[in-house]
Amino acid sequence: MRDIFKIALLFSTIRLATPLLLASLGGLWSERSGVINIALEGLLLAGAFTAAVVTHLLHNPWLGLTAAILAGMATALVHAFVCITCKADQVVSGMAINILFLGLPALLSGAFFDSTGATPQIPKGELLPIAPIVMAFALVPITWYVLNRTRFGLRLRAVGENPEAADTAGIRVEAVRYAGVILSGALAAIGGAYLSIGQSSLFTRNMSAGRGFIALAALIFGKWRPVQTMLACLLFGLAEAVTIQMQGVTPIPVEFIQMIPYVLTIVVLAGFIGLSRPPRALGLPYEKKR
Amino acid sequence: MKLLRQLIYPLLAVAAAFLVGSIFILLIGDDPIETYSLLIGSALSWPDGIGYTLFYATPLIFTGLAVAVAFRCGLLNIGAEGQLIAAAFATAWAGITFAGLPAWILIPLCCLAAMGTGAVWAGVPGVLRARFGAHEVITTIMMNFIAVALASYFTQYHYKKEGDAILETVPIGESGHIARFGKFLPGFPERIPLNLAFVLALVACVLVWIFLWRTRWGYEIRATGANPAAAAYGGISTARQIVLAMAVSGGLAGMVGIGEVLGYRYRYYDGFSAGYGFTGIAVALLGRNHPVGVLLAALLFGAFLRGALFVDIFTEHVSKDLVLVLQGVIILFVASEALFRGRAARLARGKV
Repeated sequence: MRDIFKIALLFSTIRLATPLLLASLGGLWSERSGVINIALEGLLLAGAFTAAVVTHLLHNPWLGLTAAILAGMATALVHAFVCITCKADQVVSGMAINILFLGLPALLSGAFFDSTGATPQIPKGELLPIAPIVMAFALVPITWYVLNRTRFGLRLRAVGENPEAADTAGIRVEAVRYAGVILSGALAAIGGAYLSIGQSSLFTRNMSAGRGFIALAALIFGKWRPVQTMLACLLFGLAEAVTIQMQGVTPIPVEFIQMIPYVLTIVVLAGFIGLSRPPRALGLPYEKKR
Repeated sequence: MKLLRQLIYPLLAVAAAFLVGSIFILLIGDDPIETYSLLIGSALSWPDGIGYTLFYATPLIFTGLAVAVAFRCGLLNIGAEGQLIAAAFATAWAGITFAGLPAWILIPLCCLAAMGTGAVWAGVPGVLRARFGAHEVITTIMMNFIAVALASYFTQYHYKKEGDAILETVPIGESGHIARFGKFLPGFPERIPLNLAFVLALVACVLVWIFLWRTRWGYEIRATGANPAAAAYGGISTARQIVLAMAVSGGLAGMVGIGEVLGYRYRYYDGFSAGYGFTGIAVALLGRNHPVGVLLAALLFGAFLRGALFVDIFTEHVSKDLVLVLQGVIILFVASEALFRGRAARLARGKV
């Protein structure tokens, strides 16, 4: 009995960690290139909504997933344009995208489907309950390899740490940053698609419920590194799994278990458990000197 | 001329947002002009339209000022939402715990609880930033979630009326109520929840202006925001200014609790905030981080919140979520200003 409980907890941890992991790996690509990505929440919602609508219309979850990735990339392109080309404040741009995508999917599905802002239910056979999980965990070694062992990864890290030096070496700083941000939109959108056509079977208003911010916390907790970030996502996934399974069972109120990721992130940021150092050029638009 | 230049870009941003919004309205099969006249028109009727617009603008003035003060110090306070939630709960707690006290003690006590809790909730990220270099954006976001969880925990387990299905506390003492406009404004119905907190918000605008531009603290905060290295060289303790700016910012955000608890619901109601803290970022940006601009922007967004209900009911397809879309687009345009400003400046100099 106890073993069954433990296995159930393990599976639900992995399921709950999946959208976090996809979003925070997405955030990793953007932030290692020097662009703060607080828009993960909006990117998750963009992906979740697009996946649900396209799967509903075309009855094929793979097309839904593809469409979600494209929608995520398009949304990230807006963030990239505002941050990189317009040199706007990256946090402000990210917040704007979060607000925009809290409203836009609800506005559209409210008009076309249901007044509550939900999309129609998708039949069970047309869901993708496993594939995004596999993708998420497979992407961890891939991200590590591309980031640390390829020319693109080296350039991406260079523009995030020292754009002036990278520019001098002939790297096109803005182009690499665009690539990082757009890649982050693609990955976060897969996470969003998992929420709507994997874990659940429809899109509901604000269904990401703050996961984009927890993903960001996991990225910081994982010190902007792929493997550590995955461990952080699993830890936060476990906290959520415990809150769900322990509801009413433990003497500790669930609110306190829910708080664990947030408190841990603050503690880590303050440097109480090992220092978490962001990429050096994070948040700074690159001004080419003439 | 200078004033005109200050106004023109925010107005363009609002116009551009309406344009983008109308694309979506057309896409879902409604008439943009009809929708927008509902959105703005329903906010201008007397007494309901104007009364509710001012009522909705009240929390936005507080949060807009809060974000603006932090901005002036070079800090981005994304945590106004958490600060106002923690503060509103503390206001209700004071109102419940000291319910027996007379109004002249209870009301100031509740106000102090609101401002103090907001100041502490923002002060913690301020200290973490000043002392340990922890980025205030992330810590304030985390503090938001902690505030939500704590407030709902205390409401659920300690301050709820037995058997109440709604997540809200028991009411505060009646001596803690502040007057609604209907009480002293002839012909203004008392059902409209516009209350004295709006007057307090106007006073706060003036005080913030005096604080930022007529006191030494304000000067030092602005110096820290403009150029921290130069400020430190000039003998200003930038660490102290960061903590001070965050505490003032949080205190302002916390004042939302005064209008909400003492003037409107007379209790803490879980989930009362319609994202006031986040809208405050839009208000501050659109208002160029100046109290007058904040006031104007808050009135605009207050009108949106009022009009959204009518758009929701009286148009065929458009829902109140339109307001979020407009808000997001406005922020994007205001944030991108540097690009357009740079272009315009280069054009003016004859170089493209």
